[in-house]
Amino acid sequence: MELTPRTPKGAPAKSRLRRLAIALALPIAGISLSGCTLPGFGAHQSDTTTGQSAYYLWQGFSVVAAIIGAFVLALIVYAVVAYRRKGDEIPKQTQYHVPLEIIYTVIPILIVIALFVATIVTENKVLAMPKTDVSINVNAFQWGWGFTYDKQNAISVGSTTESPVMVMPVDTDVRIVLTATDVVHGFYVRDFNFSRFALPGVKNQFTLHATKTGTFFGQCTQLCGLYHSIMYYKVKVVTQDEYQTWLNSFNTPEGKAAADAAKKVLKEQMSAHVPVKTEISRGAN
Amino acid sequence: MTTTIDKVTTESHGDDHVHGHAEHHGPRGILNWLTTTDHKIIGLSYTITSVIMLVIGGALAEVIRGQLANPNGHLVTMAQYNQLFTMHGSIMIYLFAGPFAFGALANIIVPIQIGAPDMAFPRLNALSYWLYLTGAITMLLGFFVTGGAANFGWVGYAPLSDAIYSPGAGADLWIGGLMLTGFSAIFTGVNICATVFYLRAPGMTLFRMPIFTWNLLVVSILILLAFPVLTAGLIMLYSDRHLGTHIYTVVGGGSPVLWQHIFWFWGHPEVYILALPFFGMVTEIIPVFSKKPVFGYKGMVFATLTIAALSLGVWAHHMFTTGVVLLPFFSIMSLLIAVPTGIKIFNWIGSMWRGQIWFSAAMLFSIGFVVTFLIGGLTGVYLASPPLDFFTHDTYFIVAHFHSVVMALVLGAMAGLYYWGPKITGYMLNERIGRTQFWFLFIGTQVFTIPQYILGLQGMPRRMAIYPNDPQWQTLNTWSSVGAIMIGISTLLFIVNIVASWKKHPAGDNPWDAHTLEWFTTSPPPHHNFFRLPQIRSERPTWDHNHPDAKTLAHGKDAH
Repeated sequence: MELTPRTPKGAPAKSRLRRLAIALALPIAGISLSGCTLPGFGAHQSDTTTGQSAYYLWQGFSVVAAIIGAFVLALIVYAVVAYRRKGDEIPKQTQYHVPLEIIYTVIPILIVIALFVATIVTENKVLAMPKTDVSINVNAFQWGWGFTYDKQNAISVGSTTESPVMVMPVDTDVRIVLTATDVVHGFYVRDFNFSRFALPGVKNQFTLHATKTGTFFGQCTQLCGLYHSIMYYKVKVVTQDEYQTWLNSFNTPEGKAAADAAKKVLKEQMSAHVPVKTEISRGAN
Repeated sequence: MTTTIDKVTTESHGDDHVHGHAEHHGPRGILNWLTTTDHKIIGLSYTITSVIMLVIGGALAEVIRGQLANPNGHLVTMAQYNQLFTMHGSIMIYLFAGPFAFGALANIIVPIQIGAPDMAFPRLNALSYWLYLTGAITMLLGFFVTGGAANFGWVGYAPLSDAIYSPGAGADLWIGGLMLTGFSAIFTGVNICATVFYLRAPGMTLFRMPIFTWNLLVVSILILLAFPVLTAGLIMLYSDRHLGTHIYTVVGGGSPVLWQHIFWFWGHPEVYILALPFFGMVTEIIPVFSKKPVFGYKGMVFATLTIAALSLGVWAHHMFTTGVVLLPFFSIMSLLIAVPTGIKIFNWIGSMWRGQIWFSAAMLFSIGFVVTFLIGGLTGVYLASPPLDFFTHDTYFIVAHFHSVVMALVLGAMAGLYYWGPKITGYMLNERIGRTQFWFLFIGTQVFTIPQYILGLQGMPRRMAIYPNDPQWQTLNTWSSVGAIMIGISTLLFIVNIVASWKKHPAGDNPWDAHTLEWFTTSPPPHHNFFRLPQIRSERPTWDHNHPDAKTLAHGKDAH
């Protein structure tokens, strides 16, 4: 059987076709627009070394996704335009093309392996745990954060009414030890391209290495109850000198008193729900 | 229409009923609907109930988008907002997508596609539906109790979902409703497996089954593997709430992460339990409207089986940011799912290639499905990579990703309704309204999701009743809300279409010149589906019967 002859129909079919073509082009336009706003397919550079590694990985994935997406979309648009109905003839009833099927199975597997290798390389950078002297304990609770410093008096505690500030030195590996006291929370700093769950009963550790001073916005990303939307905090990255000055400010008598008061607040927050839980459970029994 | 009958399967009532009405003598009207075990009526009940759930869930979504159109929205309070998105997600996943996928069209179509008179266990089938309806009502009743409906997200992460942090009956009704619909799903899974394995017509070998039936078989096996785990998890959650156990609480020696493991061990197969039936629908529709057999039939079956197998080993990609899962394993397993999914997309394109494409509403919805699913699939690949998941997790990027996927499923559902609606009711739906509905739904979906991808990358977390006052965020959110309104309009158009085409144009047996057995019988089919069956010598018995000169070409042969 020959290929179906081309017998174009009237105008309505054409305009329908044009509408379809426009609609199919819309997602491409949208995605490429999102890519054009920033030189990173919508993502942004990070102010930490680890976040920057993730950003480069993002760019790599995006190039692959853009190529595959454009190729597949082009195939769909071509098929829809070229093989629209032109008559009542029955086309050739082809069902299999084994070499072609093998090609579009094997090539994706190779792409997946490449993406996986890139993922592992980046993951090892992002999750590396270099030795460091600066270690910050982060406690998340409903609905606020407490930041305490290993071997230091320094502390910052705050909830929805006043955002606490995590002060950390620039160009230094900072170990974060993250946990939660009540429900699951999410530690997320947009400009660091990183997030991690704060889990009750688990101490999650990771390293942040900021490359720029400044104040960055952080917020809880894991739904944690009523005021989840406003569980904010700030990360203030300062120079090494400023950091030392800030730490020392807690060693003066007034500083010590303030720190003790803050520690009391944090301790209350951390133990607030535990006795209640036990009581209610016993009551139910 | 059909003058020659190759083979008649003679049933006890003989041939004299061939042109008569269904020989069913039972109660009529409402009593028939309440007592029926006919898979078609049960399937219709499923269809109506789940589409009502789609409308309710959609209405909640409109309120959510209304709240988010402004950074400091005052449409609802924070407490109400938490209930809204929890119930929106729960209704859409548990009460619409699942039951529609394996309860509604599957119930009606699968037995007919394999030439069976009914499901293997008709009474169990009825029980499934009534459990589902009871579960749905139970969950929705949460809105009317003190404290309101469940408010801990549709994933119900412990310990937020325990009695301390979420007291009140709303959460219990959520758990109860979910358990009931879970049992309903398990029974449906058993039923479909038994039907497919035992009730196929003579000649209907496994590799002659239509892809839709294949997918439903695989889905049923997945249901049997995944749903009991969820039900067990829910029983433990309930017992934590009311019986004083400490399975998910640190205080009593339990583990909050355990809930996440149990939930997602169900939750990721569930993604494919939802998606595969819609893949199946589209795989039926695209070849029919291209006048070609499905391209790469066996590849399609193996892709489905591969997806199902992999889907059982990827659950912890929802938990990359917990820091307590083995990242490389779950990363490679998740990335690999892209391969069989890609095969499906290429097979859909292959089915259109060199065809004669008829842009009916069902076909438009199917093409829209493929494009939207392509976007959702590609963005899903990013999320399989832990370093990328770290900075997109729990942001709007995730929300956009899974809405691309589930909106593709809604497009697929509409394709299925336009395609099989005439078979079920006996009357055509209006094609012009259908095509208008398609454009609203398709463009609305992209206008709705694309701003959310950008928002997520700019750092907007999900489940926020209010968000920082950033002009760009506001613009993007407003666009997303515009998309939601377009989607709402498309739903209204669907309701208009049902009213406008009510009993207007009889469909006939086979309005689309389709391939499979359901198009061989009358519309709607008689009580036990068939008076006669054609010879089944390929996966397209009706096509072979109607087009004896245009049989599927043999393997690898290019010439006729």
